[in-house]
Amino acid sequence: MEKILEIKNLAVSFKTFFGEVEAVRNISFDVGKKETVAVVGESGCGKSVTANSVMQLLPMPPAFFKTGEIIFKGEDLLKKSENEMQKIRGNHIGMIFQDPMTSLNPTMKVGSQIVEGLVKHQKVSREEAKKKAIEMLKLVSVPQPEKRIDQYPHEFSGGMRQRVMIALAMISNPDLLIADEPTTALDVTVQAQILDLMKELQDKLDMSIILITHDLGVVADMSDRVVVMYAGQIVEQGLTEEIFDNTSHPYTKKLLASVPRLDMKRDETLVSIEGTPPDLYIPPKGCAFYDRCDFAMKVCKDNMPEFTHHSQTHASRCWLSHPMAKGVKGSEK
Amino acid sequence: MSKYLLKRLVLSVVTVWAVITITFALMHSIPGDPFKSESKMPPQVYQNLLSQYGLDKPVTEQYVIYLGNLLQGDLGASMKSRVETVNDMVERGFPVSAQLGAQALLIAIVFGPALGSLAALYQNKFPDYLSMIIAIIGISVPSFIMGTVLIQFVARNVGFFPIGGWGTWQHSLLPSFALALMPLATMARLMRSSMLEVLGQDYIKTAKSKGIKKSAVILKHAVRNAILPVISILGTTISNLLVGSFVIEKIFGIPGLGRFFVQSISNRDYTLIMGTTIFYAIILIIMLFIVDVAYMFIDPRIKLVKEGR
Ligand SMILES: Nc1ncnc2c1ncn2[C@@H]1O[C@H](COP(=O)(O)OP(=O)(O)O)[C@@H](O)[C@H]1O
Ligand code: SF4
Ligand SMILES: [Mg+2]
Repeated sequence: MEKILEIKNLAVSFKTFFGEVEAVRNISFDVGKKETVAVVGESGCGKSVTANSVMQLLPMPPAFFKTGEIIFKGEDLLKKSENEMQKIRGNHIGMIFQDPMTSLNPTMKVGSQIVEGLVKHQKVSREEAKKKAIEMLKLVSVPQPEKRIDQYPHEFSGGMRQRVMIALAMISNPDLLIADEPTTALDVTVQAQILDLMKELQDKLDMSIILITHDLGVVADMSDRVVVMYAGQIVEQGLTEEIFDNTSHPYTKKLLASVPRLDMKRDETLVSIEGTPPDLYIPPKGCAFYDRCDFAMKVCKDNMPEFTHHSQTHASRCWLSHPMAKGVKGSEK
Repeated sequence: MSKYLLKRLVLSVVTVWAVITITFALMHSIPGDPFKSESKMPPQVYQNLLSQYGLDKPVTEQYVIYLGNLLQGDLGASMKSRVETVNDMVERGFPVSAQLGAQALLIAIVFGPALGSLAALYQNKFPDYLSMIIAIIGISVPSFIMGTVLIQFVARNVGFFPIGGWGTWQHSLLPSFALALMPLATMARLMRSSMLEVLGQDYIKTAKSKGIKKSAVILKHAVRNAILPVISILGTTISNLLVGSFVIEKIFGIPGLGRFFVQSISNRDYTLIMGTTIFYAIILIIMLFIVDVAYMFIDPRIKLVKEGR
């Protein structure tokens, strides 16, 4: 498959008063044309930092890139100037955020917000811009678009605002849409509608999607591939079926166990993952999941596991998958 | 919205009436009267004076007469000046005060938010420290000291600025600046904190994600929202400017309404005190009304709340 985005060995840190926070630690993954890649993991594991690195929207300082490349359509975004990035943001890459209640400007008409990027990138006239705003609102199924473009965000519900955000992010027909927890702040029923809308638009407009979420439940019918992040690293990645049916990493297993399922029995309880991710000021030398892992072994504490490939597409970073550890079941901590 | 405006208008009229009544009551409850101080006045002359100003009538009747005159725009005769009525004095002094106040307001509105924005954009860097030093000076140094300092160190050394008086636009520069400094500083500080808050908002990130220019992000998205709290204190600012102008007019020897007001108090010129007080009250209430209405137009969220009632 042709790649639209390749993240290679990316490491991002924040310089803070207390020291360096290693928010993203040497991650590599790619996104193919028209493909949807889900990035999952608990809060604080570096998903947003990864997304904002692609868009170059991190506050610098305190953020800085330690190593890595972000190759978008053959060019390294980390080598681009701010001016060059402005031509890419909102034009070739669109982005939507977690909280639709706060991600729109409260004092600007919705229509103007939607077309602002288009006006800059494609120098369209006011008339055309207005027409395009109406067209986009129609596309994302906002009723009465002619009237709605002249309204302000507070006149929209949460779900409707997220539709507006989608319209805003897609107006220039980007090659890649980055959705950072687009449904986390929404009601369950609205969540499904927004995801359906994204999928429908993806088919119509031929774009790739990076879907960031901490909820594996929304991943199953949306994404082609899944990247599981923990403490700034990728711990497992693979095709969605591989992740769900052939789960390898203990962390991924716990994530899956914490997802409510329709086929669940009444007395089956949801397990939430005990403990908290490690401090990223001084990341552990060994496996970052060591403290919370049911299968932890002596080797895990001080030795970082490398990736083991289970198939062309499926790999995980855990000592259990090491040929020498085959057959180990329980904890020997 | 028109319903809200109407309500606001009625409220304003009631406020003006209350100010008139309270001023009137206060003036008539002060022991003594304007003519007592002039000693050795023959009793007949004294009586004549009282009846000429209607002061021998019962207080309630005086009140009704006064209200009636006010309704016709007549602020009454001055008790000290034989040649000018209170209306004459207001007409003479107000344009001067209004120009001084408007210039000071303009300086404050242009430079206060600009300084505050700059400070926020360069947080903890040189422009931030510089702006906040200016703001601290502006807030802690009273305008009468600032005025005196400006006269002493600027006007006396730089021939360009006259030391006092009124007439050319050069005359107006130093007093406008002295008067503007305090509101300018208040606005700068408010704008700085408001701007810092707005810059951290999600919609700023949305704006950046569209790939628009940095200047557009700052002006169209950040400043446009950060300035709302500054506009909401505009009413207080205007009333502070009014009060501040009394002192500044006195220091710079400017023939404005403020000077008449201060004079009228030391002269016990009751009608002039009442006239200027009421005039000031009306001006202030009109200003607050305008600020309120302007705010409704600038913040779209306000309009809806009021409409919903
Ligand atoms: N501005 C910042 N300054 C310091 N640390 C930050 C900053 N932004 C994010 N981080 C750190 O980076 C890590 C990853 O954050 P983030 O990518 O937002 O997580 P999430 O996966 O929930 O999106 C967190 O541990 C957080 O503390
Ligand atoms: S490497 Fe060890 S501690 Fe880490 S997930 Fe695998 S078994 Fe658990
Ligand atoms: Mg996040």
